[in-house]
Parts: sequence; C-alpha cells; structure tokens
Amino acid sequence: MLNIAELKDTVVQVRRDILRMVHANSSGHPGGSLGCAEYFTALYFNIMNHNTNFSMNAKNEDVFLLSNGHISPVFYSVLARSGYFNIEELSTFRKINSRLQGHPTTHEGLEGIRMASGSLGQGLSNAIGVALTKKLNNDNSLVYSLHGDGELQEGQVWEALMYAAGNNVDNIISTIDYNQKQIDGSLDDVLPIGDLKAKLESFGWLVLEEKEGNNIEAIINTLQAAKKLSGSGKPIVIIMHTEMGNGVDFMMGTHKWHGSAPNDEQLSDALSQNPVTLGDY
Amino acid sequence: MELKDTRSGFGAGLTELGRTNKEVVALCADLTGSLKMNDFQDENPERFFQIGIAEANMIGIAAGMTIGGKIPFTGTFANFSTARVYDQIRQGVAYSNKNVKICASHAGLTLGEDGATHQTLEDIGMMKMLPHMVVINPCDYNQTKAATIAIADYVGPVYLRFGRPKVPNFTPADQKFEIGKALHLKKGDDVTILATGHLVWESLEAEKTLNKEGISADVINIHTIKPLDNDAIIESVKRTKCVVTAEEHMLNGGLGDSIAQLLSRKLPTPIEMVGMNDMFGESGPPMKLMEKYGIDRNAIVDSAKKVIARK
Repeated sequence: MLNIAELKDTVVQVRRDILRMVHANSSGHPGGSLGCAEYFTALYFNIMNHNTNFSMNAKNEDVFLLSNGHISPVFYSVLARSGYFNIEELSTFRKINSRLQGHPTTHEGLEGIRMASGSLGQGLSNAIGVALTKKLNNDNSLVYSLHGDGELQEGQVWEALMYAAGNNVDNIISTIDYNQKQIDGSLDDVLPIGDLKAKLESFGWLVLEEKEGNNIEAIINTLQAAKKLSGSGKPIVIIMHTEMGNGVDFMMGTHKWHGSAPNDEQLSDALSQNPVTLGDY
Repeated sequence: MELKDTRSGFGAGLTELGRTNKEVVALCADLTGSLKMNDFQDENPERFFQIGIAEANMIGIAAGMTIGGKIPFTGTFANFSTARVYDQIRQGVAYSNKNVKICASHAGLTLGEDGATHQTLEDIGMMKMLPHMVVINPCDYNQTKAATIAIADYVGPVYLRFGRPKVPNFTPADQKFEIGKALHLKKGDDVTILATGHLVWESLEAEKTLNKEGISADVINIHTIKPLDNDAIIESVKRTKCVVTAEEHMLNGGLGDSIAQLLSRKLPTPIEMVGMNDMFGESGPPMKLMEKYGIDRNAIVDSAKKVIARK
C-alpha cells in the first residue's frame, strides 16, 4: 500500500493525465475530474479491496461505480495507474476506435468498467443492485459509488435513496461530489438542492460530511470511518466538499471548466503547476 | 378451447424458474398480483424484490444485480416497462449488455377499460431499436410460460411482452420455445399471414374463413420479433408471393415494419398490415376495442383478399 507521499504524487500525476487527455481532444470534463483526483486515488490505492485482473462479476472484491460518467478522465487515469490497463492507452481517450469513450462503457471491454454511465441519476440504483447481489451471494465486500451534486436534481436518485434505506442496504458507501457547481452555473442558481445533509438523513441514510475532499489524508480517514459504519443496517453517504478544477489555479472557483478543455498555453500553465511525479503516459 | 391469460403463463414460468434456477431473482414495481408473481414471491422471499412505484430504480437495480451473476426478471405493465424507463434500459441494460429480462404485462389494446394511458402500442418498436435487445411476444399461456423459462438460459437483455385478458390456450404445453425460431402453424399457398402475440389466434380463425372461400393461407407465429426468423419468412413468401402482418401494436415500428424492411431488401412483395394506425386507444372491453380499431380476424381476412389482389 502506498504511503501518503506516494499517494500525493499519484494525485499530481492523475491531474496531469486528466489535463493532457482533455487537451489532446479539445473535449472532455476537466473540472469535476480534477476535483475528484484525491477521492479516486484514495479509493483505488488505499481503501478498496479490488483485483486489477478484471472480472465483471467481482466476487469477493469491492466494486466502484461512477454515476456522473462525464468525469471519465479521472476514472480512466486511476484505473490505468492502478494496473487495469496500460497507461499508454490513455492517449486514445475520446478518439475513434478507442475503448476510452467520452463516457465510461462496458461496451468496448475496458477493464475496470462494470456499467455504462453518462446519462445522469442512474448509478445509485445500479450500485444498490450490486449490493443486493453481494448480500445474496454472502459476499461481504462493499460497493462504492460516486455522484455529482447537480445529478441529485434527477428524480431517480431519490427513488434509490428511499429504496436503500427502506431495505437496509448497508453494504454501500456512496459519495456525493459536493462542489456546488454544474454546467449552467452554481447549484443555487440552477436549482437549489437545499439542506443536503438534512435531506439525506431524513431519507434514512447515515451521513458523513468531509469538508476537505481535496485533502487525501482527510478523505482516507472519512472513507475508513464509513467502512466501519457499514453493516449497521443503514446505507452510508459521504457529502464530500471539493473544489472543481482543484490543483490548477485558473480552473478553480468557477464552473467554466466543467466541460471545456485547456488550449496549448493553458495546458502548459496547468502542467507547470503539477510537475511530473510518476511519469507521463 | 381453454381460455387463459398470458400473464399467468409468465407467472407459472417464473415460479418454475424459482425452483430450478437459483440465480433467478424477480423485481416488481407494486404490481405483484397483476403480474402473477405471487407464487415466486411466496416460495423465494429472499429472491423477490418489491421496489415500489419506482420503475427507473427497478431497472437500474436489475442491471446492477447482474454483476455477481444474478438473472433479474423485472415485472410491471408494458408502459412502465418501456416508455417510462427507456433511458435506464438503453444505458444500463442494452448498451451495458446486462443479463436483464424485462417482463411486460398488459401490453396493447386488450388491457381494455383502463384506457389509452396504459394501452402501450409502441413498446415493440422502442425495444427492437435497441442494439443487443431480444424482443419476444408469445401468443398464449403455454407459449408465454415456455418463453419465460427459455429466456433464463439466454445470456443478454430480453424484452418479453404479454397481456391481460384470457385468450385461447392452443399451443402444446410441451412445445419447446426457441428464441428466434418462427412456428409454422398452417400450410397454404395463396397468402402468408405473419402474426405475433394475441393476433396469432385471430390469424388461425381468419385462415378457417379464408379456407372456406377457397383461399389457402400460410400462417406463421412470429413470437420473436428480434431476431427475426428471416429464413422461415422468405421460404413462405417465395411460395405465396404476398403477405399480411398482424399485431396488437402500432404499425409504425412493429412487426409489419420489420417484415417490410426484410422483404424490401431481400424479396420485394406486396404487404398489408393489420395493427394500430397511428392512433391512441380508449376505454372499452378488449375484444370490442380490437374490432373497433380493426385488429382482429375480420381485418386479417379483408387484408388477405386485398393483398392477393395486388399480386
């Protein structure tokens, strides 16, 4: 298992991967990807018990599903960096004949992906399904899922929240990327989601709040706390405060980099703020 | 002739699967009785999932449950099995190629008195457009039971469509169901009648009427709309040189549409289509509705004569 310094180096390299992948196509979603670099690194390099020799059925290993599929760059980078496929393949992101589609899919057989996502609001239902099967199979592994905060505007999420609490699906740890931004602006400008913690608690979930979602030590501690709470009869959700565009000064504090790629000059500036650690693909 | 509803055939098939295949799980969105899933629920409470009135969540959960090897059968009305959850099916089941069986009852006009909100006549079209999706519309109780059992052994997404009313149960109880293999019911040379679902019985009745008038009809049960049994259709049409299609579905996107697409490419042939012509239904007794909208044996007889005249 990596130590904290190594995890931090991994985060920086993942940021470089994200920036270079979206720059190479002039398309993709860098903002949310950068905001979740610490979460993904914590999950795949510290928290989850998982096997990079990929099996769709994931028996006796933890499963992660990405509901907000548009942040695929961070997902692909971390999957490659943890050994699911060769890092060189990151250069094919969004290109024709690639397994690294704009939004993640099982369709091209990319190791590490178990469900297509991109059309929002569906991942929690999928994750609950995986969790129910794990219970039927007497498999004590856990199911992790990540959701955007804007995504909570989709009604299906609340169907799923209601179901999991009502049926004691307590082997699931969902995380909400609470950066309070979406394509058209701030959450409050587009459609306020109100007191999220109170809403989730009233739906019967155990709610943890991580105020420092871009601090890898903090997010590891919170995920470990969540693991300890599993099996208690209630599903668990983490409200993870993050900064969209984290790690690149001009991408932070705005929603403008949700779905826009940097140009050559901007890339060079962004990369200079994140010097090579593990080596570029 | 014994009258039985096709949804009870589904229920009986599911009950048998509960006893024979431990990977089968069933999910329902608050219509357990209507879908005849009670026996499965009673015998396998740990493998039955009451989702509540939340069909999108049901499809999403079903897709997730395949990860780890379960074979989920979802049950609700055809409207809520397709139109309401199309995007969930498209992304999570079809595109993700998950082994989910979407089982849809109360399809078509014969749902009857509940009216047009529930009378889904577009479902076959929606489902057959999805890559990977198999689309099955059996004709009676026995065939629906056999189809339910058969799809558990097929790995991949399946849409299984059946209905509410009691209709003649005329296929042999021991007839094996083969996905994509059309069944030749009557041999004739003047016209080919290709029918699916409840219209198969109506086609057999139409065949008798035509026969009395000296017209011999080839009647084929197209229980699987996708993949279509191209060989069986072409073989028949080569002999008869004209076709009537019959279905309880919109003409746009239904069986007739699939047949027209096949024949226009492989063997251009005059076709007449019996089905719903770009309209919504209404409340009423099932068979009265079928008569009013021209989706019955009389319409098949008329269409047969019309298409023979076009040869």
